[in-house]
Formats: sequence, C-alpha cells, structure tokens
Amino acid sequence: MKDRLKSAEAEKPGANGSEVSATKAAAEEVTGAEALLKSLVEEGVDTIFGYPGGAIMPVYDKLLDYSDSLRHILTRHEQGAAHAAQGYAMVTGKPGVCFATSGPGATNLVTGIANAYLDSVPVVFITAQVTSGLIGTDAFQETDILGISMPVTKWNAQVKNAVEIPDTVARAFYIARTGRPGPVLVDISKDAQLESMTFRYRKCTFIRSYNPVNHLISRDIESAAVMINHAERPMILAGHGVIISGAVEELKTLAEKGGIPVAVTLLGIPAFSHDHRLFAGMLGMHGNYAPNVLTNRADLIIAAGMRFDDRVTGNLKKYAPQARVIHIEIDMAEIDKNVRADLGINGDVREVLTAMLPQIRERKREEWIREFRILDRTEHEKVIKPETEPEKGDLKMGEVVKAVSEIAGSNAVVVTDVGQHQMAVARYYRFTDSNTLVTSGGMGTMGFGLPAVLGAATGSTGRQVIAFIGDGGFQMTLQELGTIMQYRIPVKIVILNNNFLGMVRQWQEMFFNSRYASTEMVNPDFVTLASAYGITARKITSREDLKPVAAEMLGSEGPFILVAEVSRTANILPMVEPGASVSEVTLTYNSKS
Amino acid sequence: MKQEFTISLFSENHIGILSRITLILTRRQINIKSITASESAVPGVQMLTMVVRTTPEMVEKVARQIEKVVDVLKVFVHTSSEIICQEMALYKVTTRGLMSGSMIGDIVRKHHARILEVTPEYIVVEKSGSGAEIKELLALLKPCGVLQFVSSGRVAVTRQVKELNAYLREMDEERGAHQETLEFYN
Repeated sequence: MKDRLKSAEAEKPGANGSEVSATKAAAEEVTGAEALLKSLVEEGVDTIFGYPGGAIMPVYDKLLDYSDSLRHILTRHEQGAAHAAQGYAMVTGKPGVCFATSGPGATNLVTGIANAYLDSVPVVFITAQVTSGLIGTDAFQETDILGISMPVTKWNAQVKNAVEIPDTVARAFYIARTGRPGPVLVDISKDAQLESMTFRYRKCTFIRSYNPVNHLISRDIESAAVMINHAERPMILAGHGVIISGAVEELKTLAEKGGIPVAVTLLGIPAFSHDHRLFAGMLGMHGNYAPNVLTNRADLIIAAGMRFDDRVTGNLKKYAPQARVIHIEIDMAEIDKNVRADLGINGDVREVLTAMLPQIRERKREEWIREFRILDRTEHEKVIKPETEPEKGDLKMGEVVKAVSEIAGSNAVVVTDVGQHQMAVARYYRFTDSNTLVTSGGMGTMGFGLPAVLGAATGSTGRQVIAFIGDGGFQMTLQELGTIMQYRIPVKIVILNNNFLGMVRQWQEMFFNSRYASTEMVNPDFVTLASAYGITARKITSREDLKPVAAEMLGSEGPFILVAEVSRTANILPMVEPGASVSEVTLTYNSKS
Repeated sequence: MKQEFTISLFSENHIGILSRITLILTRRQINIKSITASESAVPGVQMLTMVVRTTPEMVEKVARQIEKVVDVLKVFVHTSSEIICQEMALYKVTTRGLMSGSMIGDIVRKHHARILEVTPEYIVVEKSGSGAEIKELLALLKPCGVLQFVSSGRVAVTRQVKELNAYLREMDEERGAHQETLEFYN
C-alpha cells in the first residue's frame, strides 16, 4: 500500500488561489431560488435543460426574471434534458446544467446521470425536493434521489436551508469539472427555495478531502521515456481523457516524434486525426483489424486517458501478452483495475505528455508501422470496401456515413445513438482532430442520440451538427422532436432504418441460431412523423439519391431528417467475439440465414 | 488467496458517506465482517474501521475506489500483523450458573475481564481483547447460561510512524489560503 502514501504527499492546489477573491462585495437579500440562479450565472452558465413540476416551481418562477442571462430549454422528458445537458457539456467543455422536479422528475434523470458518469462528463443536476418537514414521510412526489443517484454521481448533496445554496452549488461545479469529470446532483427542498437569504458567492477552489490532480513524479516520467525509447513495437491507446485534458496536440507530437501508431477508443475517436499516417484505427469489439491484432504483437502499450473497458480488451487473459504497459490516467482507481500496469502514472494526460516529450527520442519505426498498413489493406478489401463502396444491393450503413462525412465540414459535431449505426459512424466517419464526437460509450444508452444532438447544437454555433440514429433508439426519445421544433434547433438527423434492433439481431444471428426474438420493428413513416413537427424530411432507398439528398440536408438552414432505408440484416464487422482475444478478431461471417 | 484485511479510513463527517463506501463493497460482493465508526484524533474527522475478507488485489482496488469518494480523506489497508487491534464484548450470564464453582476468579484473573454489574438474576462481564480471546471466554461461559452476548467491531491503530495529522497538515499548509471554504463545511 506504499503508493497510497505517495499520493498523499504529491498534492498541490490545481488552480491558483486567487479565485477566492471573486467574492461579491455587495450582498443582496434574495430567495433561495434566486440564489441558485445567481450562483449559476456566477459559474458562467448560460443554458439550462430542464422540465418543471410542483417542487421546483419557485426556481422556474425566478427563471423568468433571468431570461437575459439564462436560457432554458424545455425538453419533452427529463431523460431528454439529462442527455441534452451532456451533449452540451461534451461540445462546450464546460459543465452542463439540468433541472428537474422532485419524485418522477428526479427518477427520470437517472439514466442520463448514469450515462454521464460512465463517460466522465461534467453535468450539474439540480433536483427539487419536497418541503424539508415532509422529507422521509413518503410525501407526494417525494423520492430519495440522493440515495438513488449515489452510485452514479461523483458527488451529491441535499440542501434544506437557503443560506447553504451558493456554497453547495460552488462545490458541485468544482467537483463536476475537476479531476476526472463527472455528474453531481444537488437536491434542494422547496422551503429552501422560498426562504430569504443574503447572497454572497465564493467559487470553490479547494476541498480538503478531494485531490483532483496528482503531482507528477519526475522519476515516473523518466521511466516512461526510457521504456518508450527502447520499445521496438510501441502503440498508443488514446481515450476520452486525451480530449478532456486538451492533450490532442501533445499526443500528436508524441506520436510523430517517436514514430508510434495511435489507436483510439470509442470516446477517444477525435483525439487523433484519421487522415494522419500514424492513425491505427479504433480498438475493440468492432474496431479496426490492425490495432486489435497488433495489440498482441506490441512490446509496449502507452494507454493515455482510457480505462481498458472490456469492449476494448476482449479476453483479459489473452490481452497484450508481449507488452509492458504504461497507464497514464487521472483516476488512480483505474490504474491496475482491469489491466495491470508496469508503470502507472496518476496524473493529467496533458501534463504527463508535456513533461515526457523532451525526453522522447526521435525514431521512425517504419517496420512496425508497415505491419499496420498490411493489415489495413486486408481489412479494406474484405470489409471496408464492400461496406462503403458497394455497387449493387441494398444501401449500407457504411456508405451513408461515408457520404455524409465527405460533404460535412472538418469541424462538424457528430452525435450517435447506440447500436450498429454507432459502430458504422465510429468506423466510417473520417474524424479530424477538430471534430467532436458525442456518443454514449460506457452505458450504451439507446435513446441518447436525439436529445444529445439538440443539446450539442445548443452549445455550438457556426458548426454543422449531425446525428446518426437507428430506428430503435430514435423511437425511445422521439418526443424530443418537439424540443427541436420549439427552439428551431438546426440539427441534421440521419435515421439509419433497418426495421430491426440491428445489434441485437446480429448477436441473435451469430450466437443464438438466428432466432430473432423481439428484434423486428414495424416502424411509422418517419417522414410523415417529421412533418407533424414541421421538420423537413427526405427518405432515400437508392444509392443514386444518397449524395444529392445528403448535400441537400447539409446545405439546409433548419432542422432536417434524412431517413435512409438500409439493408435489414447486414452485420457490423470485424468483430472480437465475446470471450475471444483481440487478436482473434474476425473479418468475415458467413451468414446462415 | 482470500485473507483478512482491516480497512481504516478517515473522512469528513458528512451525511451519506457510509452509504457511498458500503456501495463500493456491495458492488464487489465483499462482506463487511465488522465496522466501527468513531471520532479520530483530529477534530471533525471521522474514522471508520472495517474488517473484510478478500484477496490482496481486490482490497487494493476497492481501497482506491473508496479513496476516490469526495469526502474521504485517506484510506489505509492493513493485514493483521501491521496493526494493533482490539474488540470489546459484554456477556450477560445467569448469576446462579456463574456462582457455582470458582468461575468468577478465573474469569477476572486469567481472562482479564471485569465485572460490571451483579444482580441476584444476572452478572454482566466485560472483556477487551482479540476476537479469538473473546470467543474463548464465550465458550467458557456457555455452560453457566449466557443470556446475552454482544461484541463490538474492531478498533485498530497502526504501527506506522506517520500519523494522519501529518498528512492533513501537509495538505492544509499547501493550501492555507483556502481555509475559508473549509470552515463552511466543518
């Protein structure tokens, strides 16, 4: 347990202490509800996603007075508000904010909170609670949201006195955005919202029991550099942490200087330009052929801001047997959790890479890079070409994604739902390092896409915002079309419709003898549905229409829905089957049906 | 190989912290054999001592996850040899049973127990010691008729020299400017 002691010694304030002076000299008498809104303004919030109800009415009442500084987006369901706030946070890099009332309002958030938790996205959830005297009595619309949200929040707290609101909100924002970011929840009783208090705001910059970022230990940096310099077949695995810490440039420099191929996780996709010669592709179950196979050839793995999820590693017993592992990770609990690290560096990816770069020797490693190219060619022939450039047969998900990718700008925000189409986007959209990807990784939440894209679009001006959504996931949260209509949010939505829950169907075909239990869907006419919401929509069934309609969509001003009728029973390949090693990734599957 | 570990942790005395900690153990299906919460030597800081049985790898993983909880200050994991620990037990025994023979003298002398209360119906005996010693005395008292038996969780201090106060001082000194925030929450 020696490293426990080390981490206590290596600690320093993350931010400079001067922020404390942000204290407002003029104190004002306000209600708790107003204090909440003032606190949000102090934290630089300008957009809130939410849904009103009985217990939170005092807050919504005051919100009318703050419409100049706080824009409220009324979603059609609290889950939608939660996902929208996450989409907003992932695009802007600042915490999303989400309001819900007590009871069902609060419980409807839970999927969204859990989703943000697993993907390390900072969202501040504010829930209202019944009057403090009634808490614990099973009052109308009372629920123990503190208890319910505890396993899926980084931190949560209940406020029953107005006077505690500003400091609790300050704490919530500090915890949400620092260290490994994550969702936090503040539950405010109705009487606290109505009570009067003297408003005074102090930003939180320090919590004694919370060490968001560890000090670098120079010996570890030196060891890492030595390991990298001596490796013959090193490989970088870049995750979401690279993007969160703003280390995209540093990663590129490290790769170029050391001649090291970079593979990415699903959430790490835009961390490295797909057009770069050192880009190795995506890791894991439906990742690319070369990085999966060569994980088990590599003699050094440099994992940066990722957590060795089981979808990335496949069978852990047969994972990277030849490699030593350097794990750079801000969350100490992730080091050695799934894959034992030979060198664990507990710190911010950007800080670590910056410190390491001067010690990295320039190398080419052409032999090693060639191994990737050879496997890439095989994958291109067997999978990519037939998926993205088919000449006959049904429309393929891959070719639709590719067509949109080629027309959209290089700084587009790309949003997905969960399933086959998500993997098609991950595989066939050409991301540059100025793209943003908003997707549900760890949770795999169907229904995430539509609310997330409206949140993402609210947070990005002047950027093209495109969502790819399957027919199943779309219908889980399609009521958010109402939100898109009401606020005229100019999102471009591509529904990849195969009239199936495609990923489950694929597994049924492969592992359950093609017994399609409850995966076939009878769908509404999505174009007619869109027209009910006044949203322009086009349906395409043929290859000839694809590019013109994609261009029409991307050239349009307002929201637009493109419904692509794609092959009903296509499979996503390659695939690392459950229980298999990453090097046993299969490129082909002979359909039995 | 599973073995016994004592997890000692120091945390802020905030509501809900125990739930957050036990959630981590529950997810990993680790049973808490005993748990004690008390004030520590540092004012305002709470100390929790838990005894669990698991593998060294697993205890390390959960310790890191517990230390990640925002309100937890520090987590220590120790094997039995690294700590000095005691438990305390109370035995309520029938007076008739205990008075027959020379049991009482034995209990006080050999087992370092104390008599807390004597009534015509029952006698209450108190003993501190290791879990094994406490069980041993229980076995001895069984024939006399044990009406009630209760044992505390483990309390433990470590053999290491550096104390929590030293860690806290270092952390506080580095961030002396931030004392105000601290005061609000204490």
